[in-house]
Amino acid sequence: MFLKQFGRYLLLLKSLFVKPENINIYWKEMLRQMTDIGIGSLGIVAIISIFLGAVTTVQTAYQLVSSLIPKSVIGSIVSDSTILELAPTITSLVLAGKIGSSMASELGTMRITEQIDALEIMGVNTPAYLIGPKILAAVIIIPCLIILASFMGIYGGLVAGQLSGIVATEEFVLGARDTFRGFSVFLCLVKSVTFAFIISSVAAFNGYYTSGGALEVGQSSTRAVVYCCILILFSDYMIADLLI
Amino acid sequence: MIEVRNIIKSFDQNHVLKDISATFKPGKTNLIIGASGSGKTVFLKCMVGLFEVDAGAILYDERNFSELGPKQRKEIRKEIGMLFQGNALFDSMSVEENVIFPLNMFTKMNQKEKLERVNFCLERVNLKGVNKLFPSEISGGMQKRVGIARAIVQNPKYLFCDEPNSGLDPKTAILIDNLIKEITVEYNITTIVNTHDMNSVMEIGDHIVHLHNGEKNWEGSNKEVLTSSNKELHGFIFASDFLKEALLSDKSKKS
Repeated sequence: MFLKQFGRYLLLLKSLFVKPENINIYWKEMLRQMTDIGIGSLGIVAIISIFLGAVTTVQTAYQLVSSLIPKSVIGSIVSDSTILELAPTITSLVLAGKIGSSMASELGTMRITEQIDALEIMGVNTPAYLIGPKILAAVIIIPCLIILASFMGIYGGLVAGQLSGIVATEEFVLGARDTFRGFSVFLCLVKSVTFAFIISSVAAFNGYYTSGGALEVGQSSTRAVVYCCILILFSDYMIADLLI
Repeated sequence: MIEVRNIIKSFDQNHVLKDISATFKPGKTNLIIGASGSGKTVFLKCMVGLFEVDAGAILYDERNFSELGPKQRKEIRKEIGMLFQGNALFDSMSVEENVIFPLNMFTKMNQKEKLERVNFCLERVNLKGVNKLFPSEISGGMQKRVGIARAIVQNPKYLFCDEPNSGLDPKTAILIDNLIKEITVEYNITTIVNTHDMNSVMEIGDHIVHLHNGEKNWEGSNKEVLTSSNKELHGFIFASDFLKEALLSDKSKKS
């Protein structure tokens, strides 16, 4: 069963690589998807990352009981953990819920209302037209959201440290700068692109092959989110294990 | 002309189409009739390639659709227009965007030419002033007409209609039937309509194929339907007691 589904998934991905019928329409569709995913998710990403950074600062300070450890370490820990793990993984898990379910239900509804059949009859390559722009848009815009989430997470940590009197801004910045490595950003980007591909392709696969009615659309949407989350966590571990 | 030769289609152990052959000529409204579950929709979907047949051939003007590769199939599909049972209009697009979509995708016409063609098609199906409305903002009958406009916008050689009257009141259903008939004759299209609506059979059935349990049971015209002695066809057409009684009283008057 798993192998059959995996084979179907690979065949679907293969069918994306064809010459578009009209490149302008594909381009417009990709821009529309980028706006939907990017602008549409900006609010939730901002809220989550700011609070994650803030909580990390407060909890790190709670665990650093020794007076021998300088306060600037909080800045190091918050910035490193935000860039390496919190921003890419938590943001992607949230986006899997938001974008993944939306993509799966959009395609599932199109399938059960015969809109995909209508496109097929017209001669449109439906995977390329319906899924291709979604994957491309996600792979471009989700890393941008994650970079933004990293900045906002660190900023959230800094503000929380300052407001609660845990760590001064200067100390926080000093710590963050002290341990900053370009490789962490590279790792963050690798994770972002991988997670973006997983979210868009797995959700689209589940939606595209929906059959039945409204109940099945809901099931596809739920399945898409669950598979995305599991695959994100699994690939997170694999990337960390292979690249660090 | 569309010719179907000995097509067979099964889903696992369920044999839906059993060796069906038929010829559908241009300029005629060809009807496929039969009870629910008789295989009408599967037959239609096999003809347009949404389902692969297990055996047999589907010929579009001598071009064997079942043996063609994806590229050649795509070329034939550009000659096909289809009206779906649930309309299958793109609900995120306005009426105008729905109808213009095939032109945007496949033609090199400029925007002015495309809009002229869209307006012509919408006027042809008696729709005016709805260009900017969304499918959810118009009635079921209007949605059917938008579906027809989208199906004919590329001047198709073949038009398929899956239950065009489902969910419509009798008056609107007759309007849609007549529209399909007019378009078929006007553009000499090979039209195939899937229906179990008896009004459609009598109004527009130039050529009728009756399916029963996945087999072709009867073939003829709307004039021959009422006089046929075919038991299954008779059972399908005169399913209601009212019609049975009307037929009996008609016969007794004649005798």
